[in-house]
Amino acid sequence: MIPLSGDVVDSKGIISEKIESYNIKRGTSTLKRGFAHMLKNGVVMDVTTVEQAQIAEDSGAVAVMVLDKLPSDVRKAGGVARTASIRIIQEIMDAVTIPVMAKCRIGHVYEAMVLQETNVDMIDESEVLTPADESHHIWKWDFTTPFVNGARSLGEALRRIEEGAAMIRTKGEPGTGNVAEAVTHIKNVNDELRRIRSIYDSGDEQDLVRMARELRVSYSMLEETASLGRLPVVNFAAGGISTPADAAYLMTLGCDGIFVGSGIFKAEDAKERAQAIVLATTFWEEPDKVKEAQKMIDERQSMLGLDTKNLELRMQERGSTA
Amino acid sequence: MSGLNIGVLAIQGDVAENSFATKMALEENGIEGVVREIKSPEQIPELNGLIIPGGESTVIGQLSLVNGSLKQIKEKISSGMPVLGTCAGLILLSRKAKDRVVGEMDQPLLDLLDVKVERNAFGRQRDSFEAEISMEKIGIPKFKGIFIRAPSIVEIGKNVEIISKFNEKIVAVKQGNIVGTSFHPELTNDLSLHKYFVKLVNSKNA
Repeated sequence: MIPLSGDVVDSKGIISEKIESYNIKRGTSTLKRGFAHMLKNGVVMDVTTVEQAQIAEDSGAVAVMVLDKLPSDVRKAGGVARTASIRIIQEIMDAVTIPVMAKCRIGHVYEAMVLQETNVDMIDESEVLTPADESHHIWKWDFTTPFVNGARSLGEALRRIEEGAAMIRTKGEPGTGNVAEAVTHIKNVNDELRRIRSIYDSGDEQDLVRMARELRVSYSMLEETASLGRLPVVNFAAGGISTPADAAYLMTLGCDGIFVGSGIFKAEDAKERAQAIVLATTFWEEPDKVKEAQKMIDERQSMLGLDTKNLELRMQERGSTA
Repeated sequence: MSGLNIGVLAIQGDVAENSFATKMALEENGIEGVVREIKSPEQIPELNGLIIPGGESTVIGQLSLVNGSLKQIKEKISSGMPVLGTCAGLILLSRKAKDRVVGEMDQPLLDLLDVKVERNAFGRQRDSFEAEISMEKIGIPKFKGIFIRAPSIVEIGKNVEIISKFNEKIVAVKQGNIVGTSFHPELTNDLSLHKYFVKLVNSKNA
């Protein structure tokens, strides 16, 4: 079981209120992590317009992520990528009933504040946008709105959780239509989890302390994770997912769900593809159903994609040392 | 009978939390039984009870329609199988749903519980809250309600019993073998509601 606790005492993001005779609390770890639990086994889709958001909802997306440009266009355009237009985010929030997420730049506290005031359901502190502060991520305990962060190793994931992230996703290499990096990242995390789990089972506390130092996380965070044998929050796959088979494959590696960025709306058959990726994610344990889903798409209409070896911009490296 | 067979609909959402709470509830009640995650319609006819978990009601509804589970579940509940729906599960059990912002919804529903629900009735995620509520009618005087983008019940039929209200809004109901809550008992350490449900399943299969 994934724990729901993890409050930093006196976290500014927790708000106590009195409504009539009720004492209520908002922004607790249970509410933030609990929200992420409701997304499990689902697909979150990147969208840039109301029309795309409606297609996503009708196709069975569990949430939408609003961007100004899809990651592959961010890559092409170059320059500085910032949070999406608030007006578009609001239009999408008024048009769909599923949760609406939006991205802010790594370390950009005020873009995140603006998104919280806009009332988005989750904030993605994302490497797809140009980082505002490479050495400090946002202290997410200060927010009532939950955050998701990218990670490509266990240390990175745990550091983000210590900063208050309620959910983790792999980074992959966004906007490439190439799933290879996401596969590598989830395997890295799984390998490292197995390693700390075996140290935990051996009872060698000194080695656990050494691992905590190596990963630059607190001992208590490392110990909790080692005892669970998995990340202490919901963990999705992201970065380069383009086909139903991609999604199903990542589910087999132990991911709790899928983010699809450019893969859907950069393809010529967006509507069918959105439905197909949802089907493959839901029924990933049944190869015949994944085949049916894969049959719904036409490979000639997939986004062309990029070889991740020769990229000028490696988004996954952004913020990874912090 | 060699014990109960209780299912948790495992299309999408917090399936594991409900399975865990139900297993613990069986154990603490001293009732023999197994808890299964239900992924295909073939597993449904053998069930003695079903939990429809939290998640996105549009997704759970559409996909259980696609794989044929929806029809099977409807038949089974109509024939008297007890069911517990939490949050999205409550919405799926209802007769009609509307969204607070978007308005009337046309989403696949089971249409078994004679209520109309309002989705996202308390607002968006930032407005999600924890509060102590009471379910006195079913012997649970105090309970921690975890409301996450929660629905509320805005209209009820004459056979529907109100189990709990929060600030004048109906948040838990019962209609014969059907129990629905706006909040997430599976996200607390309090097993009382799952224990109540397991006992309900047991009494129908005695």
